[in-house]
Amino acid sequence: MSHLLEVRNLKTYFNVDGTTVKAVDGVSYHIDAGEIVAFVGESGSGKSVTQYSGLQLIPSPPGKIVGGSVKFEGNDLLRFAPNGEEMRDVRGGKIGIVFQEPMTSLNPIMTVGKQIAESVMLHLKMGKAEARRRAIELIQLVGIPDAEHRVDYYPHQFSGGMRQRIMIAMALSCNPKLLIADEATTALDVTTQAQLLEMMRDVVKKTNTSLILVTHNLGIVARYAERIYVMYAGGIVESGTTKEIFGSPKHPYTIGLLKAVPRLDDPKDRKLVAIDGLPPNLAHKSEFCAFLPRCPFKTEACQSRPAPELRETGPGHFAACHEEVAASGGAERGLASVSISSVQEAQAPEREVPERSVAAETMLEVRHLKMYFPVTRGLLGRKVADIKAVDDVSFEIRKGETLGLVGESGCGKTTVARSVLRMYEPTDGQIVFRGHDITRMSMNRLRPLRREMPMIFQDPFSSLDPRQSVGNIVGEPLKVHGLVKNAKEYEERLTELFTLVGLNPGVRNRMPHEFSGGQRQRIGIARALASNPSFIVCDEAISALDVSIQAQIINLLEDLQRKLGLTYLFIAHDLSVVRHISDRVAVMYLGKIVEIADWKTLYESPKHPYTQMLLSAVPIPDPFVEERREHVVIQGEVPSLLNKPKGCSFSNRCPFATAACKESEPPLRSVAEGHGVACLRA
Amino acid sequence: MLTFIVRRLIMTIAILFIVSLIVFTIMHMLPGDPVAIMLGDQASVEEIERLRTELGLDKPLPVQYADWLLNVLQGDLGRSISYNEDVGQLVRDRLPISFHIGLSAFVLAIVLGIPAGIIAAVKRGGWLDSLITVTANLGMAVPVFWLGILGVYLFSLKLGWLPVQGYTSPFEDLGQSFRQTVMPVVLLSLGALATLARQTRSSMLEVIRQDYIRTARAKGVKENRVIMKHALRNALIPIITILGMGLASLVGGSVFIEQVFNIPGMGRLMVQSIFGKDYVVVQSVVLIVASVVALGNLAVDIAYGLIDPRIRLGK
Repeated sequence: MSHLLEVRNLKTYFNVDGTTVKAVDGVSYHIDAGEIVAFVGESGSGKSVTQYSGLQLIPSPPGKIVGGSVKFEGNDLLRFAPNGEEMRDVRGGKIGIVFQEPMTSLNPIMTVGKQIAESVMLHLKMGKAEARRRAIELIQLVGIPDAEHRVDYYPHQFSGGMRQRIMIAMALSCNPKLLIADEATTALDVTTQAQLLEMMRDVVKKTNTSLILVTHNLGIVARYAERIYVMYAGGIVESGTTKEIFGSPKHPYTIGLLKAVPRLDDPKDRKLVAIDGLPPNLAHKSEFCAFLPRCPFKTEACQSRPAPELRETGPGHFAACHEEVAASGGAERGLASVSISSVQEAQAPEREVPERSVAAETMLEVRHLKMYFPVTRGLLGRKVADIKAVDDVSFEIRKGETLGLVGESGCGKTTVARSVLRMYEPTDGQIVFRGHDITRMSMNRLRPLRREMPMIFQDPFSSLDPRQSVGNIVGEPLKVHGLVKNAKEYEERLTELFTLVGLNPGVRNRMPHEFSGGQRQRIGIARALASNPSFIVCDEAISALDVSIQAQIINLLEDLQRKLGLTYLFIAHDLSVVRHISDRVAVMYLGKIVEIADWKTLYESPKHPYTQMLLSAVPIPDPFVEERREHVVIQGEVPSLLNKPKGCSFSNRCPFATAACKESEPPLRSVAEGHGVACLRA
Repeated sequence: MLTFIVRRLIMTIAILFIVSLIVFTIMHMLPGDPVAIMLGDQASVEEIERLRTELGLDKPLPVQYADWLLNVLQGDLGRSISYNEDVGQLVRDRLPISFHIGLSAFVLAIVLGIPAGIIAAVKRGGWLDSLITVTANLGMAVPVFWLGILGVYLFSLKLGWLPVQGYTSPFEDLGQSFRQTVMPVVLLSLGALATLARQTRSSMLEVIRQDYIRTARAKGVKENRVIMKHALRNALIPIITILGMGLASLVGGSVFIEQVFNIPGMGRLMVQSIFGKDYVVVQSVVLIVASVVALGNLAVDIAYGLIDPRIRLGK
């Protein structure tokens, strides 16, 4: 039987400043009708470029497809003229794509209905009126209520999740044979992500459409994919069925990835095993295995023989790794520490995270914090309402403790952090930091306390001044707060800080752009540590990083905490990461804490329906566990803060909501020692 | 959208009020007595005093200002001292001429500048792009007066194709009118044309990189349609800003062009009135020119709303 899509030896190179970057270098794969196949890899692995190459959507110049064939229904797509009629018939007609960025992938000045209809009129040869009806149907199909009206809305009138639904509607509009979802849910909240993936799976299964999921999220792969291609440095390093890959991964990179991600069902003390080093620069590829410099299992063969080809290691299971590696048994030993459920019980975790002691002393206490932003309207800018971004939030963090703060985007996590640091002036409430009430403290008195509570930011690219050397960036707090007496002391402290975060102190004269994302985040951490703080706010500090790098940074934060006795307020939307790093966790929804407890209670016996559903939405990177799990998909979207439902703010999405829930707002009350829940049922 | 327009309208009125105040103040603070200029060196003190009272120049400045403003609001622009004519009539004669030259230049800049920018962006890096970019840069760098002299020398004196100066209404003699205006119009539009071409190019390049252009291509939309329908409309938003500013630079340029080519338009009227200390005319001309520019920018703001639904629907 011939495959729906068969790619042979695809090579796509980019010409960047005179050097050739081999973004995709000899990739071969196939997809059959009705299959769900995942492409997994970190940024720069070439997984997206591979998909775009077949459709000739590579920006050219600088990109160029230099070789290979992409056979789709028997025709080689690469033989078609890039913008010719045959190519355009395939694009959008037979192959639909959903891109990563829902906020920017729709034309902002065209109604969504017209954008969908444009596709339909083009490929299905429908008239205007008919195309509009089809657009309404599709909008209904992807689960957007009130489609007749919404069809005339512009993209900015929709949330990110809704826009992505529209992208999916557009991609599905002409009944394609193949749907490509390129990191389609990466930018979305975990609940929306689950909704969209479930929907896409249902649609493709119903219509026998093939689906390619391009993602870095191993959990999604485990939950939805049937077959997997793992990509590294422009090539496929391993392929096989999902259960094969997760059950007995063969390539050291795959093994490394599985060990690097925190999981919801991890033993708490499992130390994440980061993959050392950085992905190779594709402009200077060596003739050897691309993973060689980072591989913990390398043998002599790896350093003397050319890069390995994919070879069959089991039925339908291929890995690009030398036989000698398997023979040496290194990979098997490495695998043992991956807590794959089938082998989990038999194996003890490799390195344990030592216990930390949490003192009884309170570091930070927040009481009834309120942060309102006024909404103005009309000619005179009259205040008509308040956006209650943070509405009566109380918590405390003890010395040496990590409090995780989770919730969907817009729930007020970051606003809490900023108010606590007095970057905003709180509307009401009290903030007590190490016994000092700083709620209304003057800036002069606040300054010495400020240096004890720095922040680590989400975006490692924009949070460092591009025109200052990294040495200056890290050293600035030392000068500002007058923490060093002379140049010698300054240099010593700088060396110490760089070493502390695992950077060579010799790099201090370089500029931020010379560093990778993970290294920049280390620089950000060094800057935070410069003033010798006792308390650090990490605002999505690891969200922008790749899986293998993420593990390095999490480990670094944990090590520093143990060494320096730091206290963290750790804000993140990734519940697995928060579970791994936190002692206690608070869940926020629409400006309020709905549940707070120690990590074990919160993750193992959550009481609030929102927490329960949030946890259920997180996919676990293990197909064996995913198979057995029951998925409760949370309905609807987070409402606007201006349009909160009456009573309990979650009542419009809660499957257990009763009439009582819609009448009064349940307060956060204690159901057990240290466990607070804001739900009438608890 | 309505609030938006009303807000802009109020701002426009405020701006015009401020302009009137500034012009009035400056004109009355300049040295030189208009009455003395009017009556010549031989005038006696009594004569000067009498005329002053007649013209209301003996009243305190704020009162003079209020009188003038009230008259202007009623449509009475006053009487020119040097022309000894109703200013309204002066303006009625000259405004159409300036509009003829200015609007032609404006349209020329749009009709040539925007397509040139689009072509340069689409053919980025090709020879056509280089040609357009270099020409646009030259157009911005070379002084217009030099080009003007060169043009007159070449086309009028050497080749004899075009008249050296003068103006004829197109309703009188279309051919003659065209020959007389072609050089001033081209020269006047050059700056705006070059700026527009460059801005369109960079704006298009910016938009073409956007994700939604990739989306359009991934839908199988024809390349022409991708450029004209998806890219251009988005790229127009910053271009419209340039148009608004271009309007102001055209007004400035027309003062110069009308002078060089001896065209009896508003610019020339203003220059002559300034030299003649004819403050009544200067005040009115500046106010009218400012109104044209302000209304042009109001139109730009409304155009934003028409093109961009985020502005139209956002409050």
